[in-house]
Amino acid sequence: MFEIKDVEYKDVLRVKNIDVASGEIVCIVGESGGGKSTLLRLLNKSLSPTKGTIHYNGKSLAEIDSVAHRREVVYLNQKPHMFPGSLRDNLLIGLRFQQREDADDKTLYDLMKRVRLNKSLDMDVKHLSGGERQRLALARVLLLDAAVYLLDEPSSSLDDVSEDLMIETIVEFTKKENKTLVMVTHSKDQAHKHGDKVYEIQNGRQKEVS
Amino acid sequence: MDGNVIELTYWQVLFGYIFVLFVLYILRRRAIKRESVLIIATLRMTFQLVAVGYALTLIIENPHPLLTLAVVFVMLGFAVFTVFRKFKKELTLSIKKVVAFTLPAGSLTSLAYFLFVVIRVEPYYNPQYFIPITGMIVGNSMTGITLGIHTLLNRFTDQKEAVIEALHLGATPKDASHGIVNEAFDAAIMPTVNNMLGMGIIFLPGMMTGQILSGVAPTTAIMYQIGVMLGILGGVALSTYLFLLFGYRTFFNKDAQLKTMV
Repeated sequence: MFEIKDVEYKDVLRVKNIDVASGEIVCIVGESGGGKSTLLRLLNKSLSPTKGTIHYNGKSLAEIDSVAHRREVVYLNQKPHMFPGSLRDNLLIGLRFQQREDADDKTLYDLMKRVRLNKSLDMDVKHLSGGERQRLALARVLLLDAAVYLLDEPSSSLDDVSEDLMIETIVEFTKKENKTLVMVTHSKDQAHKHGDKVYEIQNGRQKEVS
Repeated sequence: MDGNVIELTYWQVLFGYIFVLFVLYILRRRAIKRESVLIIATLRMTFQLVAVGYALTLIIENPHPLLTLAVVFVMLGFAVFTVFRKFKKELTLSIKKVVAFTLPAGSLTSLAYFLFVVIRVEPYYNPQYFIPITGMIVGNSMTGITLGIHTLLNRFTDQKEAVIEALHLGATPKDASHGIVNEAFDAAIMPTVNNMLGMGIIFLPGMMTGQILSGVAPTTAIMYQIGVMLGILGGVALSTYLFLLFGYRTFFNKDAQLKTMV
């Protein structure tokens, strides 16, 4: 699905070789500020490599339309932005950006239940805590039903127990819906537990493949 | 109206400068260091208006299409450079190109419609109509675009995270900037709309006052004022709309990435 060979982004990141196959769960570990988020942004084409080429399904990313690619390969930021409005507005905004039909409330409540967010859809997002915002943002991207999910520390604002549950939920969703997942996590244990492959990035350099 | 005008002599005008002395006295008394600015402003106003008065007399007495067009282009050039100067290094080359194209395009379209469809000027290059109306439309369009740029620059900075999030969720640059562009358009046209709200009640517009002072019947003066105001609204809206239509794109690269992020 993704082939990354000798790719660089400024002085921030240098990757020798990363492969992501369809349906795989790939975990990226390493210290914070080491370039892991940059790697996800390169895969989502929010950034373009300054050297080297990334291939997606055999085609160079440079030749693929950026917006169409981002709709297929969704990236969830570590600190997602909430748009002013209700939880419903925030859940539906991704579909609206993609000119797709709104989901009904039942679908939205089911999704919120899946990410363990027990709130009213009419509630204003400004009343949510950091962890709740992260769950809502996760629900927002899951609703997009993309082919590939690039999740940047999706549980960083949660406590340890909630973090484990959240990652279990994501992994379960990925397997059940036959999605591909590339997930940045600070926990090597989680990465080795769930990842079909684990890559380590230290100080902007790819370390080893396990 | 009998069309009689009180011709002002140089001495009569000179009496008006007493107000400058009055303001200078206040500035000095209160130790507000603005005397030199006031003196320069007074001198510049005087010399610029005297010069333009003689130039307009010459142009109106010797009407020629090329001369009229030259004046229009000089006005447009000054308007474009005034916008560039106001933002100094904040404007990228690509946004400058957009301003240099859309300010003249929007102003000239509105101007042409107003002169040839509404007033139906004869001959078409008549400088008596062409030049003052160009000044009003171009000046207001310049202000509109300036406000539009100001809002665009500020919002692409303070709402950067929202734009990036929208792009991550699969929005096109157009959809990701939708709110910012709307806000910029609103900021650009609101001064003109507010002007229209207060016109005739809170204040009498300058052009209409000038016409009445020079002996034109108030009923004729208001017809011109309404027409000019609508022309200004059209010029401001069209210039700003065109500017925003192309301007927001300069914040993104060919890969639909926000330039400040890459």
